[in-house]
Amino acid sequence: MSRFWTPRTWIILGGLAFGVLAALMTAWGNPANMGICVACFYRDIAGGLGLHRAGVVQYLRPEIMGFALGAFISSFAFGEFRARGGSSPLVRFMLGAFLMIGALVFLGCPIRALLRLAGGDLNGITALAGVVAGAVIGIFFLRRGFNLGHSTKMPPVVGWIMPVAMLGILLLAISAPGFIFSSEKGPGAMHAAIWISILVGLFVGFLAQRTRMCFVGGWRDLLMVRDTYLFSGIAAFFIGAIVCNYALGNFASGFYHWGFVGQPVAHDNHLWNFLGMLLVGLTATLLGGCPLRQTILAGEGDTDAAVTVLGLLVGAAFAHNFLLASSPKGTGAFGPVAVIVGLAFCLVVGFLMREKVK
Amino acid sequence: MIEVDVRGLSCPIPVLRTKKAIEENPNEPITVLVESAVSKENVSRLAQSKGYSVKVEQVPDGYKLQISPSGE
Repeated sequence: MSRFWTPRTWIILGGLAFGVLAALMTAWGNPANMGICVACFYRDIAGGLGLHRAGVVQYLRPEIMGFALGAFISSFAFGEFRARGGSSPLVRFMLGAFLMIGALVFLGCPIRALLRLAGGDLNGITALAGVVAGAVIGIFFLRRGFNLGHSTKMPPVVGWIMPVAMLGILLLAISAPGFIFSSEKGPGAMHAAIWISILVGLFVGFLAQRTRMCFVGGWRDLLMVRDTYLFSGIAAFFIGAIVCNYALGNFASGFYHWGFVGQPVAHDNHLWNFLGMLLVGLTATLLGGCPLRQTILAGEGDTDAAVTVLGLLVGAAFAHNFLLASSPKGTGAFGPVAVIVGLAFCLVVGFLMREKVK
Repeated sequence: MIEVDVRGLSCPIPVLRTKKAIEENPNEPITVLVESAVSKENVSRLAQSKGYSVKVEQVPDGYKLQISPSGE
């Protein structure tokens, strides 16, 4: 019995459950191939808070707050909540912002790349190739000694700030006061019932905290130390999502189809899909985790991850305020330039932030 | 005694430092000091994959991992 219930069993079961839920969320009301997309959902939250005014992508996605709060509860239950911080917060903020810009050039985070592929969108392959290429560059820097530095222990109250802020945003999502923006059409208007989103968010947050699931770390560990633990979560997620899509009849009904063209909330500019996600893979590798993992860590009291989350929100706001984000029509006017600036930023910090190991 | 102190460093640096220490000191026991449960798991997994045995001890500011090549 105990032989069977290894950590790997749990991450595979967790990945499967998450993949199935992500596909189901679409059936329950979330946008097509966007049952769960951490980048898209932060973008919608940035819109809901009025940080950008792109009318079609504004909604306080309760899944995100659920992730953070699920991780918060889980870390308390298992004695893993630790307030900490001070490991290059400004660099993390910038990396978070550029990560988001790269994701919005592709239109999805590493999770949605898998989900899009599981829904027949072959642009997901280009995106995953970008994530892997970015991780390879990130590993190059890690092997050279790239390091964002030590974090130190902080008074517990500091670790509570982000979870409490997340609770506040969740309360705003529930009470929907007039100053919160909410899309009337477009992807932002498509969402599951709020209680479903909250429950799924809490459940996935709990799962992800326990299993350490990470959608960039899986590729990184596979390539860097031949460790397949986190990757098994990625693979299980993909299998869960694709099996669920077939079981729901999404392909038979024509809701999804295999191909590059005419995919939901997507474009097929291969170069920028690849480079956008290369920026995501690279920033996430330098940061030590994908947007989901950053959200989970923020819930566990990691204030550096909390700062990264703020970077994600600001990056999303910039992306929509300055025509960086793509749309189904193609890349935004300045998206490619922003990706190049982001890559340049990563190269500079990658080369210069080295800690000499004694 | 070789000691790797990676307290305060976040994933995946503890794994990389431990891997480096293993490669530079083959067949020698190594002590690794980590702060978080995640680092403890990751370093343990790496050590086991290299055929090392792992002994974990909880210390005030984290965990002390004694990893040694099997058979010692």
